[in-house]
Amino acid sequence: MKISTREVEYVAHLARLEITEGEKEKFTSQLNDILLYIDKLNELETQGVEPMSHAIGVTNAFREDKVIDSIGTEQSLINAPDARGEFFRVPKVID
Amino acid sequence: MDFETVIGLEVHAQMLTDTKIFCSCSTKFGGTPNSHTCPVCLGMPGVLPVLNKKVVEYAMKMALATNCEINKSCEFARKNYFYPDLPKGYQISQYAYPIAEHGYVLLDVNGEQKKIGITRIHMEEDAGKLIHDEHNPVSYVDLNRTGVPLIEIVSEPDMRSPEEAADYLKRLHEILVYLEICDGNMEEGSFRCDANVSIRPRGQKEFGTRTELKNMNSFRNVQRALEYEIKRQQYLVENGGTVVQETRLWDDAQGATNSMRSKEEAHDYRYFPDPDLVPILVDDAWVEKIKADLPELPLAKRERFVNEYQIPAYDAGVLTADKTLALYYEEVVKLCGKPKVASNWLMGDVMRFLNEDKRSIRECPIKTESLAEMIKLIDEGAISGKMAKEVVEDMYKTGKSPQDIIKEKGLVQITDEGELIKTITSIIEANQAQAAEYRSGKEKVFGFFVGQVMKATKGKANPQLVNELLKKMLAG
Amino acid sequence: MEFNQSTIHELQEKIKNGSVTASQITESVFSRIDAVEERVHSYIRLMKENALAAAKKADEDIKKGDIKPLTGIPIALKDILCTKGITTTCGSHILHNFVPPYNATVVEKLTAAGAVFVGKANMDEFAMGSSTETSWFGPTRNPWDLERIPGGSSGGSATAVAADECIASIGSDTGGSIRQPAALCGVVGLKPTYGRVSRFGLIAFASSLDQIGPFTKDVEDCAIMMNVLAGYDPKESTSVNAEVPDYRQFVGRDIKGWKIGIPKEYFIEGIDPEITAAIQQAIKVIELCGGVCVDISLPHTQYCVAVYYIIAPAEASSNLARYDGVRYGFRAADVRELLEMYKESRRQGFGAEVKRRIMIGTYALSAGYYDAYYKKASQVRALIKKDFDEAFKKCDVILTPTTPTPAFKIGEKTDDPLQMYLSDVFTISTNLAGIPGISVPCGYSTSGLPIGVQFLASHFEEGKLIQIASAYEKNAKIEKRRPAL
Repeated sequence: MKISTREVEYVAHLARLEITEGEKEKFTSQLNDILLYIDKLNELETQGVEPMSHAIGVTNAFREDKVIDSIGTEQSLINAPDARGEFFRVPKVID
Repeated sequence: MDFETVIGLEVHAQMLTDTKIFCSCSTKFGGTPNSHTCPVCLGMPGVLPVLNKKVVEYAMKMALATNCEINKSCEFARKNYFYPDLPKGYQISQYAYPIAEHGYVLLDVNGEQKKIGITRIHMEEDAGKLIHDEHNPVSYVDLNRTGVPLIEIVSEPDMRSPEEAADYLKRLHEILVYLEICDGNMEEGSFRCDANVSIRPRGQKEFGTRTELKNMNSFRNVQRALEYEIKRQQYLVENGGTVVQETRLWDDAQGATNSMRSKEEAHDYRYFPDPDLVPILVDDAWVEKIKADLPELPLAKRERFVNEYQIPAYDAGVLTADKTLALYYEEVVKLCGKPKVASNWLMGDVMRFLNEDKRSIRECPIKTESLAEMIKLIDEGAISGKMAKEVVEDMYKTGKSPQDIIKEKGLVQITDEGELIKTITSIIEANQAQAAEYRSGKEKVFGFFVGQVMKATKGKANPQLVNELLKKMLAG
Repeated sequence: MEFNQSTIHELQEKIKNGSVTASQITESVFSRIDAVEERVHSYIRLMKENALAAAKKADEDIKKGDIKPLTGIPIALKDILCTKGITTTCGSHILHNFVPPYNATVVEKLTAAGAVFVGKANMDEFAMGSSTETSWFGPTRNPWDLERIPGGSSGGSATAVAADECIASIGSDTGGSIRQPAALCGVVGLKPTYGRVSRFGLIAFASSLDQIGPFTKDVEDCAIMMNVLAGYDPKESTSVNAEVPDYRQFVGRDIKGWKIGIPKEYFIEGIDPEITAAIQQAIKVIELCGGVCVDISLPHTQYCVAVYYIIAPAEASSNLARYDGVRYGFRAADVRELLEMYKESRRQGFGAEVKRRIMIGTYALSAGYYDAYYKKASQVRALIKKDFDEAFKKCDVILTPTTPTPAFKIGEKTDDPLQMYLSDVFTISTNLAGIPGISVPCGYSTSGLPIGVQFLASHFEEGKLIQIASAYEKNAKIEKRRPAL
């Protein structure tokens, strides 16, 4: 097994996904298949190969420090599931 | 047991740019909640970050000012975690490749120079603000601050006492403000500090278990929190306990640090290079350009003041602690040519007035020309030092020039010998008995005559001249 | 022929000579939609009112002689593109009610070029899929066989063009999401070089792989669309500030003496024999056009799917963290505290495939696994790109099948994610390397399903793709069929 049910639980929590017992099992088995398939990368020696994180070689893309009018509070909140006054409202963080 | 303290600091400084780090929203403090916001800093779907060039240049300035090596290539990474003040679910920061590394700041510890190493400086975006409702189980999110540019300056664990830590912080603060890349306002959070602290038996090589202290919003609180935490750790160890690696919050009112266990959930930030941002390449030409733009830094200025103006190191320290004050001082000196006298007036009366009113030198009503003019008037003997005390206070209150004040108050010294001789002659005539006493050797009476002359001239007589003339004339 | 069946260049002629109005074109598109949309389900949202108003405005412009490249042309937008004031869902429950206060840069460009937007096309949820079955709004069906998938993730954009429910459409391609549905629906689909078309306003799936491109009825239309879409955008850091040629100039040019690379790794076991036959036929046509076929090798091809299924989910797991129920989109009801709000909103808001990929990506980046998965995959990605760099020293264009099989049945692969992933085997490498690729119809299977041939070129060589695709299209003389709907 590449990944245990416990790891699946941990990863689901990191990703803030609630998963049912059934999903947990299904995910564990499917993720295992996928990870086993991905294992084939280990056939390759990659020591010293510079990892590629961009598809093209653009560098130094900058913006000038010039203010452009913001969209304003009303537009900012327009899609909010729970806006109160000028704020987004969220349930309390339980410590 | 004899313990040694080990402290390392992480400082977050808000960069003084007009716009946020990855979008063109204003960085102004305050403002209606969620008004300095746009789709980019709100983390809406499909939007993309574009880096504010000034943030890179400011970070480079700080790197050069703290003797860091600027990396030829650096990149942004995503730090992934969920919190309502973090719209994208990740903070754009730098991880494997920061802008600068391996620097140091020099401190003066017991008369000796000590190097405090700087591990790295990196750029990142600030999070928003969360306001907790006191009565209901809800919180309110304001994203005005989201995306405001920060640099984080991470020190080596090189400090050995809370005083050293406070001193290091003051030096960093001073440099940032000198560079004009941060306003240094600790209350508004433009300059924030977290501390890592541990203790170990003196002589031991390995570090002890450290705790991370947060929520200290003044230099004094950093020092107090460290002092408290060191005592706490010592007490624990001496009583057979062990220090737990954790984050602790400083409670100002309580004067203590408290564990914030709940936030200690496994940190697994899943950093990876941000695919939406491209590598930053810094060539020598760019570094040279930034270097050429650097202002004189506090340490250099201090040394120059001692050498150029021949003022004590203490004075130089006070005058250069604030760039504007140093600038003010230099202007006064340039105008009056009296460095030590200028330093005395500035550090004495002027700073006392400012401190009483909790004003900074920026808000000083006395123009540099006025202070310089006043010093010149004293030097020329036009006013006495005592008069000047009155004049400087009036200058501070009214912002008027010394000449105007002197004229209004009629403060001009009588330096006309003929006029004074007349006055003295009539006083001696009117006080023959005392004059005789003086001549018989009772020199105490001299003071009486000085007083009479001053009374007759309403204090305007030049005291030196009065002394000279009286001596001559009483001697007969 | 009905107007809705015409190409952009045909309609442009007619608009210019006054034989058709923009309103007539738009109306013909909507009457087609009325007739077939219920069966095909190309669209999540139709914009009929806006479209008719835009067509009317286009007619006024035409009267004034102000005719832009897409004036009066009905275009469908994949619902992954943000449209100001118009709900943009990305095929997901979590964004079912999201109304962007901004336009994607390509939407701005298309508007400026005079396009009339027909609606928002259906897609796999967050573009994660190869069949358009993962859409929260239900699957899109292949107009050539309603029991079959249209490909994905830009399935709705492909079917809208194939079923003549628009003239052209916009899709996005992260691992084949334009070229694969184009092949399976019998239309032309181009994925440009990474950085050529702005991603601003394209809802991110995997940021280092995503690219926007057109679906069209022929190659010339593809060139016309690229003329509008391509170009530098200061709103995107990865946008490339390079000159954009007039792509239309490449249409109709010959390819005499061009070297065509045939990579042996793309002609492997498991390919449907009918696909192999169609591709062999395509190679013959290319040779007749004067192309010289050379054998090449892309040795790391067999690792592409594995690399892709680390990098794309890793980036996605981070890109999709913003869907947290705080600022927009779906929030679960009756939650008492924050953690529950996050977990429930995301549980109810995301479908199974999206969750699966978030899980893979989160795992691949998590403490202790980064080097083994993400870093390793990024290194192999560099090797894959190097394969192409080497190959393009030996040839002008590479020719491959677009897909290993024609369209499969709806539901056939939904329970076997790995099999579904392997259906992208010929398209993924392009995205990993950042190079452009085009799929052009090259025939039909015996059961009448379309088959596509893929051409790949080096970075920013879209012109070469247009040139070879147009030469192929002209000489292959593929019988023009229309799906019997």
